[in-house]
Amino acid sequence: MLVPSVAVLLVWMIVPLALTLWYSFQTYNLLNPINSGFAGWANYYYFLTDPSFFQAFGNTLILTVSVLAITVIAGIFLGMLIDQPIVGRGTVRVLVISPFFVMPTVAALVWKNMMLDPNYGIFAWITTRFGIAPIPWLEDFPLFSIVIIVSWEWLPFATLILLTALQSLDEEQKEAASMDGAGPVSMFFYIVLPHLARAITVVILIETIFLLSIFAEILVTTSGGPGYASTNVTYLVYHQALLDYDVGGASAGGVIAVILANIVALFLMRIVGRNLEA
Amino acid sequence: MARAVTPQRRWTFTILAWIVALIIFFPILWTILTAFKSEGDAILFPPAFLPPHWTLENFFEVQARSNYFKHFFNSVIIAGGSTILALVIAVPGAWSMAFSPTRRTKDILMWMLSTKMMPAVGVLVPIYLIFKNLNLLDSLSGLTVVLMLVDLPIVIWMLYTYFKEIPVDILEASRMDGAVLWKEIVYILVPMAVPGIASTMLLNIILAWNEAFWTLNLTAANAAPLTAFIASFSAPEGLFWAKLSAASTLAIAPILILGWFSQRQLVRGLTFGAVK
Repeated sequence: MLVPSVAVLLVWMIVPLALTLWYSFQTYNLLNPINSGFAGWANYYYFLTDPSFFQAFGNTLILTVSVLAITVIAGIFLGMLIDQPIVGRGTVRVLVISPFFVMPTVAALVWKNMMLDPNYGIFAWITTRFGIAPIPWLEDFPLFSIVIIVSWEWLPFATLILLTALQSLDEEQKEAASMDGAGPVSMFFYIVLPHLARAITVVILIETIFLLSIFAEILVTTSGGPGYASTNVTYLVYHQALLDYDVGGASAGGVIAVILANIVALFLMRIVGRNLEA
Repeated sequence: MARAVTPQRRWTFTILAWIVALIIFFPILWTILTAFKSEGDAILFPPAFLPPHWTLENFFEVQARSNYFKHFFNSVIIAGGSTILALVIAVPGAWSMAFSPTRRTKDILMWMLSTKMMPAVGVLVPIYLIFKNLNLLDSLSGLTVVLMLVDLPIVIWMLYTYFKEIPVDILEASRMDGAVLWKEIVYILVPMAVPGIASTMLLNIILAWNEAFWTLNLTAANAAPLTAFIASFSAPEGLFWAKLSAASTLAIAPILILGWFSQRQLVRGLTFGAVK
């Protein structure tokens, strides 16, 4: 009974990946089909030495790390806030997790137009209220704008996971700590944070998998620009494949993206695997 | 048992939480409100919070101009189809791993999870070329199969964690009481397995509905689901905010409502059972 699942996943995993590897060593451009053949390491050489790769790599790092920092830190506090006996907790929870269900293209376009637009957007209205000229966010701070949009999409996920973890914190343990004279600060650092450690790790690792592959948000807001200012590795490979038709180069980029993601995946697999034994 | 909470503290936290929640929800609320404004009112500055003149015109316009419901049903077919396909393949597999595990079960599960870690862009080129050669670009069937493959590991994992919780003892007990196989399946197994399968289905529909890498890269005008259809608003129709909002509202409403009902399953499914 296990055979169909394994067979399907095996084919899905091996065939395309093998083809990517194969193409990555070929000179193959859809616009120039005559000039083809074995390329050796040339595709990798050009991809890795292209300045746009360095920028894209840096952008990927900045994007991933900033969104992680924002969502985890804000998620901890938001989770703790919703964990309090507040009035209308259910509704607050629903409002907070809602952005997670908004499809990426809608989230990106709503933010691009109605929030960040320098002429009519909400942010422009807020800044003018404070006497500051409206800022063309996506032109002047493209990567920062994308960090904001993606953080808005992922904060609900972090909050929801951390809230779930907080709710499993033993009430009596907290009580015992406060009887022993623990204040809110030491309670947070010695009881709450250690209890959340595993959930935080899971949030970081799962978000990382998705954040390394951010695509739609960039495509519909900045198209990676201006220049390469908001291009990440995923978008760079897409650009090379479907806009430049450079099959060989894009495949080399794809292999590099797989290697980068696998480094992260190794850590995640260990954590989940440990949990499976428990 | 509960710690004493002063009313003052309770209200401070309540107000704080509501303010934060409303700020986070604001972009969605704003989209819904803008959908009911005229195009002129949508770009008033300073912005008008409530529509000065409520109108349904945008919803009709979006349908008339770009055949909105075609894309809506594309989304339904792709999300629903890929989920059902994935379940058909995954249920027997997860079932056998949960009830007759072998020494290799854990390795197989971990390997399945690892396929989920492969970034989509790593196989974009071959999948695109295969689709091109097989004339599958911009086709519903091709995209449905790809999304099924992308989500299969999560489906198997979720089903596995649910099936794992079905107590095996109860089966033996029913056998002792003289239940024949079909009775065992109909009265014992199905009622206990259905909630898990339903939750898995729900989460997968949400994920497939919002998937925005393959849907953007493998479709054009014909098979585009809502993710790709909305993206096409970005270039030429940039400033038609009311229509963009109307299309967006219709696109996110069904999933938003489904999502509110599946918060718990979401935690479980997305963390591969690591946080429950």
